[in-house]
This record gives sequence, structure tokens and C-alpha cells, in this order.
Amino acid sequence: MTSAPPAGPGVVKTAPGPAAPPSTPPGRRDVRRALTRALPLSPAVVLLVLFLAGPIAYCAYIAFTDLQLTGQAESSFIGFDNFKAAFKDDAFLNAVWLTLVFTVLSSLIGQNTLGLTLAVLMQRASKPVRTVTGGIVIAAWVLPEVVAGFLLYAFFRREGTLNAVLDWLHLPSQNWLFTLPILAVSFANVWRGTAFSMLVYSAALNEIPKEITEAAEVDGAGGWRRMWHITLPMIRRSIGTNLMLNTLQTLSVFGLIWVMTRGGPGNRSQTLPLFMYEQAFQKSMIGYGTAVALLLLVVGSLFSLVYMRLLRTEV
Amino acid sequence: MPGSTTLATRRNSRRYAADAGLLFVAAAFVLPLAWVLLSSVDPKADLLVKVPDGVTLDNFDAVLKPDITFTPLLNSLILCGGATLLTVVCAALAAYPLSRFRSRLNRPFLLTILFATSLPITAIMVPVYALFVQVDLIDTMQGTIFFFAASQLPFAIWLMKNFMDGVPKELEEAAWTDGASSFQSLLRIVLPLMGPGVAVVTVFSFVMMWGNFFVPFMLLLTPDQMPASVSINDFFGNRGTVVYGQLAAFSIIYSTPVVLLYVLVARRLGGGFALGGAVKG
Repeated sequence: MTSAPPAGPGVVKTAPGPAAPPSTPPGRRDVRRALTRALPLSPAVVLLVLFLAGPIAYCAYIAFTDLQLTGQAESSFIGFDNFKAAFKDDAFLNAVWLTLVFTVLSSLIGQNTLGLTLAVLMQRASKPVRTVTGGIVIAAWVLPEVVAGFLLYAFFRREGTLNAVLDWLHLPSQNWLFTLPILAVSFANVWRGTAFSMLVYSAALNEIPKEITEAAEVDGAGGWRRMWHITLPMIRRSIGTNLMLNTLQTLSVFGLIWVMTRGGPGNRSQTLPLFMYEQAFQKSMIGYGTAVALLLLVVGSLFSLVYMRLLRTEV
Repeated sequence: MPGSTTLATRRNSRRYAADAGLLFVAAAFVLPLAWVLLSSVDPKADLLVKVPDGVTLDNFDAVLKPDITFTPLLNSLILCGGATLLTVVCAALAAYPLSRFRSRLNRPFLLTILFATSLPITAIMVPVYALFVQVDLIDTMQGTIFFFAASQLPFAIWLMKNFMDGVPKELEEAAWTDGASSFQSLLRIVLPLMGPGVAVVTVFSFVMMWGNFFVPFMLLLTPDQMPASVSINDFFGNRGTVVYGQLAAFSIIYSTPVVLLYVLVARRLGGGFALGGAVKG
């Protein structure tokens, strides 16, 4: 720690001017200084390379093999066969479809719209109501995933609370986890995830200057028009980032669905993560399961890149 | 004048409408929460939200045993505590050069980190399992701790760097001229000044890991090592008929630490504390 006293930031900033003499090759001192400075990064980099980049690279490799849970040694390279098999596999296509339904219903429509609605209402509501509602919605978000799964399992079961409420309202009740399992788990994800959108949108709405909305109000613009022409355009960046993060979170939901339905009945709520798990462990086809995982990872990466573009001014 | 009074009444009626809307959503959201609270003290709990037939603590008594509650909670604490410590130390060290020194590598590194924050970790669990089998880390606490830390690290570095940027450089320069090393100034000057930031990163990492089900579910096999997030599933299956009151009681015990941590940090730093650094839209 005694080597190379860190120079003040001013020294680093001075780039060679346009008329700089032919620059001497960076001296050994500079290299040593750069290395000393980068040293604190090394524990993080080692961890990330070994336990994050490593598995991703390994994932890209075994997706092209026929590795099985039994007989580890005998895996061989089979090219794109896993992917070809996947797109002919009805169970896989079913999982893709259900993942799409789950994501659109619970993330794009549910969490996002409900979160925005709650944030807008909170701007106008009285303080006690705001505090109580915020507390309840956030409590649902803070609970561990598995606990949320159990609470909603109880809620949607035939003998559960939802049917009791429907009976009380003289509406038809049914066995939700059997008749509409994907709808039930989507609602569960809305219950669990809306707080995040609500917090993002509340923060965004608070940053809109009061004068702007008040001016529009005095000019006689109604609530919907103010929302459409003023509020939404002003928070569009928050909408973008929130949609991306919600979607990424929803794509990787496993525990919630596992606890509520195990992907069933049959495979009627089996989204891609559950399908991947079943192929890899219950059917012992690690290679095939990983191919599905790689597809999920690629889709996630695309969303992640879009998210970064939305944030690009931040770095 | 008449214009302003109609504006005021319009605002009032709008407030009532907003209150009504919020209360409706709150009522829908509170039902599952009410179930767990009421069932935990109900001697005859089932799947329905109802007023208990008398209040009892028997459910808590029944689950407060070493094999049901204490061992899994201790496992959770070792796993999440160890991994959080590792995450926070690595993130603080990594954030320092990223925040303090200009380098051509900062931008690509930060972009990679940001990219990694939003990768679906669920997707790589199958290859991680296969890899851990090969290198003999499967079913070990240390392997799971390392993976937990690595998976939380990108977000922790990102948050930590943003918080560290808020500490003015001038304060350190004095220390530098006095001959302090970077490490000393990080430890003595920067970190103490960003106490709330470190608290946010710590609490956030811990809460995320405490609630994580899939990672220990995949990487640990021995029942004795399972954290509470996995062992809670034993209430179904392994113990015959499901005793819902006990499941509810256990859920409350297991959730309490993260709820308390959230309340503690949120009160000090305002709601949505972790979002400020994460998703500035």
C-alpha cells in the first residue's frame, strides 16, 4: 500500500494537447500506477468471472451437447439438434406461449398499469389513505417469494378466500388453480410486483413541476387530457425502464409458480423456467434444458440491452 | 372568485374518488396478508380468511423447534449473511477505482456490470448446477455463498458506485497530501461518509438473498443445509396433511427479518430507497 501515491484527479485529466511532442511510450511507472489503481477491482472481477461469466460460457457450450444427468462422461457435441428438437416439441412451444401470456398479463398490463394508476391516485388522495394503501402494497412486495406463493395459493384454492368473496357477491366461483392456472399465477405476480412500478412512477410523478399541471388545469384541460398530453410524455423514460425491469423480473419467475401450481395441472402453467427445470432434472436432459435456458438468456439479454439504451446517458 | 371555488370543489371530489380507488385496491391486496396473520393464531385455520375461533399461540409453539424453524433460519443466516458480507466488501472495493480514477476501461466495465444486473439468473441455474457437480461445489454452503455473492454483485457495484460518486473528492485530497493510501482513504473517509449508501446495499443484498428460493433449491441437496426459503415447502408433502396454521406461523417468522430491515432502512431514507440509485429514469 506504500507504492505509487495516488495523484490528484487534476493530473489524470490533462490529456496531451494538439501540439504535444511525439509522446514517449507510457513509462513503467504509469503501468504500475494503473495496476495499483485497478487492484481493488480484482476480488469482484474474480468472483464475477468464476461464478457468473463461467456458467454463462458453460451454458453456451453444453446447450450444443447431449449431456444427461446420468452418464456425465459420455456427452458429445450435437450442434443445433437441441434447438431443432425444441422447436418441434409441443411442450416447449406451449411453454413459450405461456411465458408470453404470463409476461404480457402480469408485467405489461398488470404491474405496469396498476402501478401507474396507484401512483396517479396517490398524488390526489388524502394522506392516511395514501399511507395505508402504500404500506399494504409494499408489504406484498417485501415478503419472500415463496411466502407470497403460499398466500396466493390459499387465496385461489377452491376453499380459498377468492371464491368466498365471489359467493358473497353472488358471482360464480370455480377452482381457479385448475381451470385458469396461468391467470391465477399472473394475478399472483401482479400482487407481488406492483409495488415496484408504483414506487418508480411515484418518484417520476413527483419530479413533474406542479406549475405545469396546474397551468393546464386552469386552462381547462380535463384529467384524461392532462394525463395523455402532459404527464405521460414527461415520464416516458420511467415508463421505458420500468417496463424493461418488470419484464426481466417476470421472465425469471420460478418460485412463485412452483409453489402455487408446480407448473400444472398438466403443463398448463409451465412457463419457460419451469419447463427448463423439468427437462433438466425430472427428465435428466441437461443438454436440452440448457438449450432452453440459453434461449431464455438471449431473450433476457436483448431486453437488457434495450434497458441500457434507455439509461445510456447515465454512464 | 367563482372560478377558484369550483376548482376547489372539483379538487375535493377528485380526492374522494382517488381515496375510494385506493381503498378498493388496498382491500384486494390485504386479503392474502390478512389470511396469514389471522391463520397463524387460529387453532382451526384453513384456506379461508376468517375471524379465528379464539386466539392461540399453539401454531407458533408447534413450529418453534430446531428442525422446523431454528436450523433453517440459521442456515439462511449463514448463507445470506456470508454472501452479503462478501458482496458488500467486493462491491466497496470495486466501486472505489470506478468512482475515483478516470480510465478508458471504466465505461466498458460499467456497461458490462449494468448489463449483468438485469440478466435472468434463473436461466443459468441449470448450467451452474452442472458446473458445480464437475468442480465438487454442489451441496456446499461455500459454493452457494460464492454464487449468491456473484449474482448480487453487479447490482451492488452499480449502487455502491453511484453512492460513492456523491462523496466529494476534495475531502480525500487532504488525506492524499498527508500521504494516506487509496485504501486508507476509502476505509477512513469515503465509507464512513456514505454510511446510508452502504446500509442500502447491505440491506438490499440481504433481502434479495433471504427471499431467494431457486438458488439454494438447485445448489443444495442435504435437507439439514436447506435455508428457510426451501424448507418451508416441507409443510406440504413431507409432513402429511398440511397444517395451515403452522404454515402461516412459520411464514410470519421467516418473513419478519426482511420486513423489519425494510422498515428500518425505508424510514431513514424514504420509501423506494434502493430505487434512487438503480432506476433513475
